[in-house]
Amino acid sequence: MSTIAISVKDLSKKYDSGFAVSHANFEVPIGTICGFVGPNGAGKTTTIRMLLGLISPTGGTAQILGQSINHPEKYLSQVGAMIEGPAFYPALSGAENLKVLATLGGFPIERVEELIRIVGLEGRGHSKYKTYSLGMKQRLGIAAALLPNPKILILDEPTNGLDPEGIQEVRDLLKKLASQGTTVFVSSHLLSELEIISEYIVILRKGEVVFAGPLQELMQTQQPIILVKTENASDLQKIIEIAERDGHKATIRSEVAHIEGLAEWAGVLNKKAFDAGIVLTQLAPQLPNLEETFFEMTGDRS
Amino acid sequence: MMRVIRAEWRKLRRPTLFLGTLGAALFFTGLTNTFLYLMIDSEGGNSDRGREVGREVLNLAGGSVYGFSSVGGLLGVIALCVFAAQTAQEYTYGTLRNLLVRQPGRLRILAGKLIAMKLFALVLVLISAAVSVGISVALSGRAKVETDLWFTASGFHAIGQTLLNVTISVIYFGIVGMVLGLLLRSPISAISIGVLWLLIIENLIGAVKPVTLDWMPGNQLSTIAQGGSPDVSYSHALILGTLYVFVGSIVAATLFSRRDVAN
Repeated sequence: MSTIAISVKDLSKKYDSGFAVSHANFEVPIGTICGFVGPNGAGKTTTIRMLLGLISPTGGTAQILGQSINHPEKYLSQVGAMIEGPAFYPALSGAENLKVLATLGGFPIERVEELIRIVGLEGRGHSKYKTYSLGMKQRLGIAAALLPNPKILILDEPTNGLDPEGIQEVRDLLKKLASQGTTVFVSSHLLSELEIISEYIVILRKGEVVFAGPLQELMQTQQPIILVKTENASDLQKIIEIAERDGHKATIRSEVAHIEGLAEWAGVLNKKAFDAGIVLTQLAPQLPNLEETFFEMTGDRS
Repeated sequence: MMRVIRAEWRKLRRPTLFLGTLGAALFFTGLTNTFLYLMIDSEGGNSDRGREVGREVLNLAGGSVYGFSSVGGLLGVIALCVFAAQTAQEYTYGTLRNLLVRQPGRLRILAGKLIAMKLFALVLVLISAAVSVGISVALSGRAKVETDLWFTASGFHAIGQTLLNVTISVIYFGIVGMVLGLLLRSPISAISIGVLWLLIIENLIGAVKPVTLDWMPGNQLSTIAQGGSPDVSYSHALILGTLYVFVGSIVAATLFSRRDVAN
């Protein structure tokens, strides 16, 4: 039995304006949470749509649970998905919307009430969808994705519009599902959230996969950094020069110097800055995080 | 297929849609029948396009459903609006992607939706027919129309035949609406273009050049409901109407099955 839930090989989608996704390659092991990240327009949603059979690739192939995406009818009954945010009929209640999808997919109608409770919509399940807040709509979207009791859950920005408590609930839910063997493929712009829950990560940039693999492996490729602030902003350039003289890469972002280097070198820098008459107001060694790594790899600060 | 039909029916049966549509259908049914009987002696005519329908026609076996056959075109326009809205709103709400994830067979989705909407149209036609006959019976005395032949064997045959013709017509109108909804992917565009064409453009062109009405799709479908008209024969309308609906369906189904679902 294969251990791969999603396998993407040279997958491409080309429009008249150019490639939305270009020769993408990655694999997602069964039972893991895989973060799918990239700047706006990187091709995340296009990739997800191809995996769900909504749009046809112009090149390459992909397999979900061992089945080609050319035959979505063979695997979609085991896949739950929320693409581009929740989309439901405004005049129907949340429960009735789920019943439409449950009927269509051949899932037990009794599951609807259970899912409404799981996503925290009890008491509002029979209100019309058009009266829901963005967070409630998002919860309903997640409930719809869970209808088939899926082996693979594909979620596009599931925490959009949720308050911090809601974000934590979704995080816990995804962790629980993964612990039960569900593969979760989730795109989000909340990189700190993905860093907490993901074991695997796929990074897209301008339609191309720039990294795909275990998150730990990605972090090991990144240098720890030291964040430095000075009393006078004009002294930051001098700090950069000191760092570069010692062979460290350094840049200034938002009046903070980002210097690649181990925490031990921070003491050396502090002394050299003192000798140069520079007053430091912050000297903070940091381990690499997904957000910094993402910016580093994609060059995107939007 | 049954799952698609049942899922679609869940949407169609909601009270605002069902009762709203039925209300519109009964309004036109009531209005047409009331004019037919209460204005029977009017010099301005008592039927569509100012036609005069006298007692000698209404006294016949098919008299009980004459009004119903006349309102068939308007029931068709209502069906066009419902079919177009129910189809195009899947694009505007973004719900089509949910449907296709749960049922990837696109033609199955299309066929299931169509069957569910046909059932909806059938219910609409049956209730309208019953109300129409009821109004005809109620107003026949006041209009001095004899009803002796209405409920004989040939009277019931006429009722059945008219019911069949109006059902075919209404479903054809509905399919035109569905085709427009699939092509335009917007309920407002599909309904406005459909209604504008059927109620205004066709009539304007027909008024300037009457011979064009022999080929106009809306006129063919209305003529089917009426079982033929002085200008267009029933068989001509049925063949041409079926051809229009068939070609439109093939084009729309081909597009729907191949087009990317991007938004």
